[in-house]
Amino acid sequence: MNKNLTAEEKNELVNPKERGFTQRLATATDWRTALLIPALAVLTALIIGVVIIMVTGSSFSDAMEAYKALLQGSVGSLRAISETLTAATPLILSGLSVALAFRAGLFNIGAEGQALIGGMFAVWVGFSITGLPLYIHLPLAVLAGIVGGAIYGFVPGILKAKTGAHEVITTIMLNYIALRLVDYFLKTSIFQREGRNDPVSKNVEATAELPAFLSSVDPALRVHAGLFVALAAAFFIYWLLFRTTIGFEFRAVGANPSAARYAGISVTRVYILVMMIAGALAGTAGAGQVLGVLGRATPGFTADLGFDGIAVALLGRSNPWGVVAAAILFGGLRAGGQQMQVSANVGIDLIAVIQGLIIMFVAAPALIAAIYRLKTPVASTQISKGWAS
Amino acid sequence: MELELRGITKRFPGVLANDDVSLTARSGKVLALIGENGAGKSTLMNILSGIYRPDAGEIIIDGKQQHFADPGDAIKAGIGMVHQHFMLVPVFTVAENVVLGVEPTFAGNILNRKKANKEVEEISKKYGLAVDPKALIEDLPVGLQQRVEIIKVLLRGAKILVFDEPTAVLTPQEVTEFFGIVHELKSRGATIIFITHKLKEALAIADDITVLRGGKVVGNADPKTTTQEELASLMVGRDIDLTVKKSLANPGEVVLDMAGVSVMDDYGRPILDSIDMQVRSGEIVGVAGIQGNGQTELVEVITGLIPLASGAIRLKGQDMAGSSPRDIHKDGVAHVPEDRNHMGMIGSFTLAENLVLDSYYEKPFSKGIRMQRQAIDEAARVLVKDYDVRPPHIENTGGALSGGNAQKMIVAREFSRDVPLVLCAQPTRGIDVGSIEYIHEQIVKKRDEGVAILVVSTELDEIFALADRIVVMFDGRIVAELNTADTSPTEVGLYMAGQAA
Repeated sequence: MNKNLTAEEKNELVNPKERGFTQRLATATDWRTALLIPALAVLTALIIGVVIIMVTGSSFSDAMEAYKALLQGSVGSLRAISETLTAATPLILSGLSVALAFRAGLFNIGAEGQALIGGMFAVWVGFSITGLPLYIHLPLAVLAGIVGGAIYGFVPGILKAKTGAHEVITTIMLNYIALRLVDYFLKTSIFQREGRNDPVSKNVEATAELPAFLSSVDPALRVHAGLFVALAAAFFIYWLLFRTTIGFEFRAVGANPSAARYAGISVTRVYILVMMIAGALAGTAGAGQVLGVLGRATPGFTADLGFDGIAVALLGRSNPWGVVAAAILFGGLRAGGQQMQVSANVGIDLIAVIQGLIIMFVAAPALIAAIYRLKTPVASTQISKGWAS
Repeated sequence: MELELRGITKRFPGVLANDDVSLTARSGKVLALIGENGAGKSTLMNILSGIYRPDAGEIIIDGKQQHFADPGDAIKAGIGMVHQHFMLVPVFTVAENVVLGVEPTFAGNILNRKKANKEVEEISKKYGLAVDPKALIEDLPVGLQQRVEIIKVLLRGAKILVFDEPTAVLTPQEVTEFFGIVHELKSRGATIIFITHKLKEALAIADDITVLRGGKVVGNADPKTTTQEELASLMVGRDIDLTVKKSLANPGEVVLDMAGVSVMDDYGRPILDSIDMQVRSGEIVGVAGIQGNGQTELVEVITGLIPLASGAIRLKGQDMAGSSPRDIHKDGVAHVPEDRNHMGMIGSFTLAENLVLDSYYEKPFSKGIRMQRQAIDEAARVLVKDYDVRPPHIENTGGALSGGNAQKMIVAREFSRDVPLVLCAQPTRGIDVGSIEYIHEQIVKKRDEGVAILVVSTELDEIFALADRIVVMFDGRIVAELNTADTSPTEVGLYMAGQAA
C-alpha cells in the first residue's frame, strides 16, 4: 500500500545508510528483495518439481531420491563440482552478455548466434594455425572468439542505431542465420574434417585448448581455464559498468535515453558499443565451449547457452556477480540433472521445467511476495523497454 | 451535500501522512485544499475516495458517518474524483468512455450505444458541458477530455466532486472555461473540493481555503480577505516574498544571436519559422506563449538536440549550427530542461551521479575512462548544500526527491557551471512555493553575474516576475518583442492568443 506515498516519504522509509552501495550493485530497490526473491523463486520451483514427479506416478520418497541425486550430481563430489563449474562457465559469459545489454536498455536475444559465430572464429584459429606455443595460440583463439562475437553483435547494434530496427527482431533473425551458417560452413572444405561426410569441424590443436587445470588430480575433471576467463569477464563488466565513464553512459542510456541525449551522450554510439561488447562476451562463451569442452565445432554446438544466458541475466538481476551466482546455480542444475536421470530415473527435462519456473517467479516477484506473504515492498523487474524506443 | 472530515489520521511506516485533519466542504461551495508536495493532500484524497482506510477519524456526509471499504463505497456515497492524469481510453468515443463500467446494455451484454449517447447528452445539457458524445477521445483537446472526466463522475451520481490539480494541464483559455464549469456545478448544488498549489487560482475560485502542511491542517482562510503572500507563508511555514527582487538589467554584449532560424517537423512543416532573436549578457529574456507554440523546439535547437533547417545560431559570435549537444554544452550553454523527469535527470541514478550527468567526462570527475568517485561525491556534497537540496543525501536516488528538490538539483548542476548562456525552460513548473522563490532568486543572481538568460514559461506571472525583455511566440513565430516595463499581462496575453498582430 505504499504506492501513493510521495517520493520524499518513500525516501524516508529506507535508511539512507543501507542504500548507496547495494543501490549500485542491484537494480532491485534494496538488498532483501535482491536476494530473497530469487532464493524463494528457486525454492518454489523445486517444490513444484516434487509435485510434478509425484503426479507422474512416483512416490514422495522417489522425488526426494531424485533431489538427492540432483544435489549429489551438482555438489556431492569433486567431479560433481567440476561438472557444475564446466556447465556454469559459458552461462556466466552469455549471462553477462544479456545483462550488459539490459543495463543499456537493450534486449539481446542474440547471444546464441553471437556465441555460434564466436565459436566458429575460435575453432578456425584453433585448427588452422599450427606450430605456435600455447601461450600465443590459445589467447589468439580466444581473441578470435571475442572478435567474431563482437562483429556479430555489431550488426544489430548498427541497425538499431542507424535505422531504428528493434534489436529483439534483428537478433532473433541473426540467430537463425548463425545457426544455418554454421551448418553450411561445417560442410565446406575450410572447416569439415577430412574423410567425414557429416558436418563436423577439424579438431582444435592442443596448443589452442583451454587446459583442464585439474586433470592431473583426476582426468575426469573437465573444468577448464575458461572459468577464469569468465570470472575475469564478470569483474571487468562490473568495473566497466560502475567505475568508468563508458559504463555511466551505458547505464544512463538504459535508464533514460532522453536524459542521456540531453547530457550530450551519443545514444547511437552507446547502442553500437554495447551490442559489440555483448557480442564479444557471448562469442567468448562460444569459444570456451569449442576450446575447452568440445575441441571441435558441430551443428548447434552452443546447445542453447545463449538462451539460458537470458534466464541467468534475469535471475542475476543484471548484476555481474548476480549473474555469476545464477550461472553456477543453473550449471549445478544441469550437472545434477544428469545424475538425476541416471540414478533416480527422472528425466533431465524436469530440469528445464524447474529452470523455467524459476525465471517465471523471478519475473513475477509479486507472485512470490503473495505466496510467502512478504511485507517488503516488491519492485517488479523491468525486463525490456518494450517495442518502441 | 456537506462533507466533513474529523480528526483523520493516517500513518505509513515511518511517516505520519495525515495528522488529525479536520475540514468541511459545504454544499454549493468550492473548498480549495492547498499545500506543498508531500503535505498529505493525496493521502487525504485517497482516504476520501476509499483507496485507503484512515487509522483514526471520521468521514461524515450530511451528518451521517461513512465507512468506505473500497472505492465503490465512496462512489455510492456520492464522491467523484477527477484525477490530474485522465483515465480515458483514447480510441473509444466520449460516450463509450463515460459509460465504461456502467454500460447500458441490451439483453445479452450488447452495448446500447444510443442510450449511452443519450445519457451523455442529458448530462452535457444539464450542466452546460458541451461535448460531442460520438467524438473519439484522442481527437479532443485536453480541456474537453477533462469535461469527459467530469461527465463520467456526474453520471455515477457524484454530488461531491474532488478535482486533483485540475488546471495543471490546461491552457489559460481552458482554465477560464473550466472555472465556468465549476460555477455551473456550484449553482446546481455540487460540493467541490479543489486541490491545487496555484494560490492565485485558489483565491479566484474558492469559497473556503484549507491549508495543509506536513500532514496537518495549519490554517483556514477566507479568499475574500487573504492574500497570496499569506497563503504562501502558511503553506511553507515561513514568510514568503512572491515578488522577485531585482535591479534594472545592465545588458552587455550579445551572447546568443539567432537569425532566420527555422526547424521542420517530420512532414516538412515549419515548427519554428525564421526566428530572429538576441540575448545579451546580464539580461533575462522571457519567452511567453501557450504550450506548443514552438518554445520546446526553440530551446532544443539552441542546445543542438534537434536539427536546424535553415538560419544561423551564433554563441558569442561563433556559429553553432551542426554542433553536437556535447560541443554546445561545452562551449557554454547550461540548460534546465522543461521536463525534469523525462530529460533533466535519471530517476534511478544517485544525486551524485545526477549532479555530474553532463560533466562526468570532465576533470576532475574522471581521469581517462575511470570515474573519480571521491571527486564526484565531494562536488555533490557541496552542491546539495549550496542549492539547498533536501534531503541532502547524495547516495539517494534522484527519483526519491520531491519535484521542487529535483528541480533544485538540476538548477544546481546547470548553474554551478561557468557559462555565458543559461536556458531555463519552465523552471518552476509543478513545484512548491518555497522552491519557486529560491529558483527565481538564483536566476536573478546568475543574471547579475553577467550571464545571458533565456527563460521559457507558460506562466505569465513568472515571465513578468523575471524577464527584462519579453518575446511572445505564437505558431512557431515570434509575434512580439516587448520591454517588460512598457507592457502588461493583458497585452502579452493577446499576442499569446495570436489575436494582436
